[in-house]
Amino acid sequence: MVEEGRPLFVQIAEQVEASVLDGSLAEGERAPSTNELAAFHRINPATAAKGVNLLVDRGILVKRRGLGMFVAEGARQILRTERRERFADHYLDPMLAEAEHLGMTVDQVIELLRQRAQRTP
Amino acid sequence: MADPGQTPAVSVRGLSRRYSTTTALDDVDLDLTSGTIHGLLGRNGAGKSTLMSIITGQEFPSSGEVSIFGQTPHENEEVLPRMCFIRESQKYQDDIRAIHAFRAAADAFPNWDWDVAHRLIEEFSVPEKTKIKKMSHGQCSAVGVITGIASRADLTLFDEPYVGLDPVARSQFYRALLEDYAEHPRTIVISSHLIDEIAQLIENVVLIDQGRVLLHEPADDLRDRAVTLVGRVDAVDQITAERQVLTREEMGRTVRLTAEGALTEAERQRAAQLEVDVLPVGLQDLVVHLTTREQRTAREESQS
Repeated sequence: MVEEGRPLFVQIAEQVEASVLDGSLAEGERAPSTNELAAFHRINPATAAKGVNLLVDRGILVKRRGLGMFVAEGARQILRTERRERFADHYLDPMLAEAEHLGMTVDQVIELLRQRAQRTP
Repeated sequence: MADPGQTPAVSVRGLSRRYSTTTALDDVDLDLTSGTIHGLLGRNGAGKSTLMSIITGQEFPSSGEVSIFGQTPHENEEVLPRMCFIRESQKYQDDIRAIHAFRAAADAFPNWDWDVAHRLIEEFSVPEKTKIKKMSHGQCSAVGVITGIASRADLTLFDEPYVGLDPVARSQFYRALLEDYAEHPRTIVISSHLIDEIAQLIENVVLIDQGRVLLHEPADDLRDRAVTLVGRVDAVDQITAERQVLTREEMGRTVRLTAEGALTEAERQRAAQLEVDVLPVGLQDLVVHLTTREQRTAREESQS
């Protein structure tokens, strides 16, 4: 479930983000609490709290006093914008590096992209 | 979480325990912050169980001081009920049944919670009326684990609490412990050989080796203790030239090397350019590296 690489609290935040992005956690809905995340993932509550704070700081989650954590209005849009900004770094740069390795030109890569895009509905 | 101004749950100074031919603990200084889950790690015979026995007042040190919530634990009726020690393969009297053990614990621990106990008895399928002597290792360990959680003691110590517990039951234990800890924060110390299993549970790591504290750090900081690089020999060597190397394995022109310390941002970029993979070192591997290095140093010292 939890892979190594990035710090655990970042991974916890990313899993909540994924649920917000795919809509399984809707805006305005109650988000899992720190304690629920800790018990579910079998991690220290302090680590879970760090992950949750990461989302609160970016305006994805909001804390309502006495009620718990909720998904903020506009959270999905924030995440989409963030991810679009990182899209080139995360997906295009590694792809171009590999293409260069294999002696493929940028035009060939673009052509391949078009073909693939047509195949997938 | 931990308030630095607070009295530590456990404070140990110059603690030694010598047996006729061996030294189990050698001049140990250690503070364990309260309200935290601590992992006590180390090889067999490192001194973990001795340390826990002395902390809980069940054994006397040869020299040094122990203070629990600011008081001496030995024969101290104010402190002893605040501590619960679950040993590896806890011994029970011949005719004792699980329900008797739980009732005794309920009498001994002022914060005992029967609701939690009953829920866990069901979850772990503990036969309450069977004599503990007749139980399987796993059921017997479950009795200990349930006692440890339901006692809600201010300081709870688990010494390898899961002999005979299968992976599913261990996972239930971790979950039950975290749930209860989240609702009722307290000081917990777990010693374990299944380091990777508890790595995510613990907030603070204490590594003991040959009776001494080798490492005492927040678990988060340990990520920066070591790094593993995999790539072409010349590329990896170029990045790690100035570093203390912990292990090195070559296969053809590829090397897997673990070095001390985290990489700087510049080194990371260099690694990416040279197509060197940078992998974090898990807690289990780090403990293996650190304890074997200590052995090597000791051997080298005795030879010179």
